Amino acid sequence: MTEQVRLTVNGVAHELTVEPRQLLVHAIREDLGLTGTHVGCDTSQCGACTVRLNGAAVKSCTVLAVQADGGAVVTIEGMAPEGGLHALQNAFWEKHGLQCGFCTPGMIMAASDLLARNPDPTDDEIRHGIEGNLCRCTGYQNIVAAIREAASTLRAGAVPAGAHD
Amino acid sequence: MIPAAFDYARPDSLDEALKLLARGAGNAKVLAGGQSLLPLMRLRLASPGQLIDIGRIAELRGIRDLGNGATGIGALATYRDVLDSDPATGNHPILAIAIPIIGDVQVRNRGTLAGSIAHADPASDVPAILLALDASLVLRSGNGERVVAVDGFCHGAFATDLGEDEILTEIRLPASPAGVGMAYCSIEQPASGYSMVGVAAVIGRSGGTISHARIAITGVADVAYRAKEVESALLGSDGGAAAIAAAATHATDGQTVGSDFNASAEYRAAMAQVHTRRAIEAALAAID
Amino acid sequence: MTTDVLGASIKRVEDPRFITGKGRFLDDIKLAGMTYMSILRSPYAHANIRSIDTSAAKAMPGVVLVLVGADIPYNPLPMAWPAGGSAGIQNNVNTPRVLATDSVKWTGEGVAAVIAETAAQAVDALEAIVVEWEPLPVVVDAEKATLPGAPQLHENAPNNVVFEWTVGDKAGTDAAIDKAPVVVRQRIVNQRLIPNPMEVRGDIGLFNPGTDEYTIWMSSQTPHIQRLLLSAFVMGIPEHKIRCISPDVGGAFGTKIFCYADMALCLFASKALDGRPVKWVETRRENYQSTIHGRDHITYLEIAGTREGEITGVRVKTFANLGGRLSTIGPGIPTTLYGRVLAGCYKIPNVYAEVTGVYTNTTVVDAYRGAGRPEATYVIERAMDLFADEIGLDPAELRRRNFIAPDKFPYENPSGLGTASNGEKIYIDSGNYEPAMDMALATAGYASIDKAKADARSRGKYLGIGLSTYIEVCGVAPSKWIGAVGEGWAAAMWESANIKIHLTGKVVLTMGTQPQGQGHETTYSQIISSELGIPMEDIVVQHSDTLGTPFGYGSYGSRTSSVGGTAAVKAAGRIREKARLYAAHMLEASVDDIEVVGAEYRVKGSPEKKKTLQEIAFALDLGFSLPAGMDPYFDETVYHDTPNCTWPFGTHIAIVEIDEETGKVDLVRYVAVDDVGKKINPMIVDGQLHGGIAQGVGQALWEGAVYDDDGQLLSGSMLDYAVPRASWFPHFELGETVTPSPVNPLGVKGVGEAGAIASTAAVANAVIDALSPFGIRHLDMPYTAPKVWRAMHDKEARS
Repeated sequence: MTEQVRLTVNGVAHELTVEPRQLLVHAIREDLGLTGTHVGCDTSQCGACTVRLNGAAVKSCTVLAVQADGGAVVTIEGMAPEGGLHALQNAFWEKHGLQCGFCTPGMIMAASDLLARNPDPTDDEIRHGIEGNLCRCTGYQNIVAAIREAASTLRAGAVPAGAHD
Repeated sequence: MIPAAFDYARPDSLDEALKLLARGAGNAKVLAGGQSLLPLMRLRLASPGQLIDIGRIAELRGIRDLGNGATGIGALATYRDVLDSDPATGNHPILAIAIPIIGDVQVRNRGTLAGSIAHADPASDVPAILLALDASLVLRSGNGERVVAVDGFCHGAFATDLGEDEILTEIRLPASPAGVGMAYCSIEQPASGYSMVGVAAVIGRSGGTISHARIAITGVADVAYRAKEVESALLGSDGGAAAIAAAATHATDGQTVGSDFNASAEYRAAMAQVHTRRAIEAALAAID
Repeated sequence: MTTDVLGASIKRVEDPRFITGKGRFLDDIKLAGMTYMSILRSPYAHANIRSIDTSAAKAMPGVVLVLVGADIPYNPLPMAWPAGGSAGIQNNVNTPRVLATDSVKWTGEGVAAVIAETAAQAVDALEAIVVEWEPLPVVVDAEKATLPGAPQLHENAPNNVVFEWTVGDKAGTDAAIDKAPVVVRQRIVNQRLIPNPMEVRGDIGLFNPGTDEYTIWMSSQTPHIQRLLLSAFVMGIPEHKIRCISPDVGGAFGTKIFCYADMALCLFASKALDGRPVKWVETRRENYQSTIHGRDHITYLEIAGTREGEITGVRVKTFANLGGRLSTIGPGIPTTLYGRVLAGCYKIPNVYAEVTGVYTNTTVVDAYRGAGRPEATYVIERAMDLFADEIGLDPAELRRRNFIAPDKFPYENPSGLGTASNGEKIYIDSGNYEPAMDMALATAGYASIDKAKADARSRGKYLGIGLSTYIEVCGVAPSKWIGAVGEGWAAAMWESANIKIHLTGKVVLTMGTQPQGQGHETTYSQIISSELGIPMEDIVVQHSDTLGTPFGYGSYGSRTSSVGGTAAVKAAGRIREKARLYAAHMLEASVDDIEVVGAEYRVKGSPEKKKTLQEIAFALDLGFSLPAGMDPYFDETVYHDTPNCTWPFGTHIAIVEIDEETGKVDLVRYVAVDDVGKKINPMIVDGQLHGGIAQGVGQALWEGAVYDDDGQLLSGSMLDYAVPRASWFPHFELGETVTPSPVNPLGVKGVGEAGAIASTAAVANAVIDALSPFGIRHLDMPYTAPKVWRAMHDKEARS
């Protein structure tokens, strides 16, 4: 049994044929070839698969593709404006907010949800805001610094927001 | 990581969903946010033959202001929806205190209170919160609707009063007595973030004595429970430190305290007392 | 030569692909005709396999191949470090099987594999395989496994003993302890950990039936070593018949050094499928059961000395749990990398250690970040605190009195690093321990800690402070020492670098090392930019593919900057020399008159007569005009064998608060002063320290792999194994001293493991300090709230 699913991913409309059991993350990675969204665990703990679905950060390993039917998904590949970088991407680069880079896409997507709701978070609010995302490389210190920096940049309005924010 | 195959249905109306559920004859599971069910299915610890996705049923959405301080939380209302809802958090401030410690941002964006109580995880914070608020649950089947108290709804770990043909459509929170304070105190198992012990307290004081007390505890036993011995010890007392401490010693009276490799029964029992005391103190401090 | 690029915090050149989602990790690779493998794993920790029926699985939709152990031509994986050589393992090497045949030794050992058209079909078919099991008695504890009557795992290993390895002067240490006025004894458990890189492991095997050659993509720290092991020791084919490619690696921390069954399975399966690619990616639960674990020591410690605080002897007996079989270098971790560094940074004259390696019904144990050195640091740093407590001396002062003095370097370590039979020695290269400790003490406010403790008490908390004045051995290692010392490490330890300069002017550095997030592409670019005067954007760093990179031993043991970096420096030196010769030819000058300024090769005294390196490369690569004896093209390869290891050090200080009612421990401050020698990129160095500290703190406070008596892994998923989250940490406060290493021209010591080695003991000592009002002198990690609460109440009950 398969189902038809319509998804708008990073502004592009797709129609997919999926098994009901197919997870959104697998639809994104396998069917659409957007491999920036990662799978790091099997219990919804690590957050490497975080995307924004209809604006809200979700763990795409814990959403069925059929549940997302008709929805708008933004993945890490959809964050940057044409030819540039989103403020979060730039801040992660500037502040050395990544090492192996595996958790980074999910971390940036979770951070984008946080900053959408709280444009000027304290360090403590940032640390709690990324509680659904695990990083094993950085000890989180430079991730916190990067999100703080991106918040400041976004508040100043100097950098255009992402294409599909 | 990949669930076993299942049949999928996404009805547009509650009636249709109830028909499908009746036809599923115990082999079907209701899917709302999926934050409890899908992880189990991915590990193949649950393999239902059919999922009935109620996510598009408009009448299950939203949070209703029922007037006079009462609130209805639809089956599809996520934790995030509740946090963003003025009637919910304004009338029942414990929601704004306790929900931010449930899961994480992504889970709160998808997960629902109704899904959590229907799942009946003994470590979930939701049952304790709803018990302290004297919530009732609206259960619908093809045969009609019944409204049950949340107290008694959960029978055991992952077991509830919900019939195989029933859908939990709404959580109803009655108005809280005037002038109560609310608090939630917990200690988490670090890996999962679930509460080893969580205590919800709704406390009122009148004329120098405790006039209202609802204390509910999760994580300790198979089922979250109202700590009625604590409540009765507290009611009528002066709410001073000695009275609170004395009342808190009854936190696990009559309960079989659970144990696992994270925490012994002895520890859970002790933490139930500590967090009961802290929750009562915090609730009293929250009274305007 | 320019120097400004060396030592600068330059943004990483690898980051743009990762922040945009364009990194290419193993699971991101999709090949035409790809099949997917899933592995059936034992539900029992110890059992005989009576039969396996795969007939139903073979009939499942999409299934193209099912393999069991009997289908594998040669089943045991290799083991490369039989600790102690002739004194170590003899005839009891039992290594993991590609697929188990007769019996399984731990929960999660692979017994069958399904290859199917889709990943879901492969998983579905696993459920149709029927195995008839004969469960056997189980032992999971290393000490209990050696006792009479314990369940036996392997016939060739009586009492489950893998080896009994010793190091140091037994007679001298016994005598020192016998006559010491003060001896402190303590049993110490260093609990088992699950490493948890965020990217799990995986492989893609591809057989080429036309050439009989294999290609394997693997998430690995050591593609060259895997080519060697898989060809010569598993597949039985020449080394040149396998190409190993390690794409972007999403963290590793040791787990991806090793040769795993799945690698061989993907190759066998692709051959059986006549060249269809076979992909396998483990789930996180599989990662917890079948990728290596770390640590797991039980140690009996004795530390002896005078009432004045002179430590005169340390004697250690350790049971090292190696799991159900031996991982690739498992036996080397609790021996060479542990026993030989037990003296820490102290001038302890007598150190003796006995290590018993033990088989148990648990997942195999091998190198996890620090690998032996965190265990040693934990023992000696806990020992210093125990001894200080015994004689009533401040722990910092005790350390100060026993530090190796700065004028004693190079220092010969008494616990055995200098005892090679043929005179080859490892020295502690350089050190100056007091300034680092003083800086850390000042930053942490050590002098006024009593006031902080009193303040915490008023808030219902017990505050504690703990030090760890660690050293570690990095930059492994001189091959001649590895070969001579009798450690049985069946490999060399040199590194390689190749530099080419393309005709169009780009410099390509090709390395035998393999990054996993450390920013090698940036760091090496900085080195080459500094050495050749070429801007970083004109330098490309390549690695990760055995086709096209010189053989290298890979990245682990904090060795890349010291050993690989030196290879790169030497290769650049050869480029410079050839460039000078060719510049002299181009400029019609004597080579002695050519001076090198950055990328310019000038005639001394005539600065207008010059050629840039890229001009030289253009002409040399064309080769239209070559001086006698010179070959065209810039292409220089260096294989560098390091003359010695390097020894980073420093002082870490943790401050914790414990809730008096719940036992919950909060890390409230963390100060780290590290001396890792010179820094090529301080930003990257600090990042390595942050991550290492977090992992070490994780061990102290939250992490632990727990088995029940039946060998079931209770901490079998991220729901039960606490990988630390952002909100659990304070902002780490870093400081530095700089004592360059004389071992390499860069003066670097290595930093990949320092944080993890230092921090566990610092936090442990802080927790014990906080619990000192209860008379608690020691408590085993992790310091979970229930455990700390229990300890406080036990003491209260007794008093």
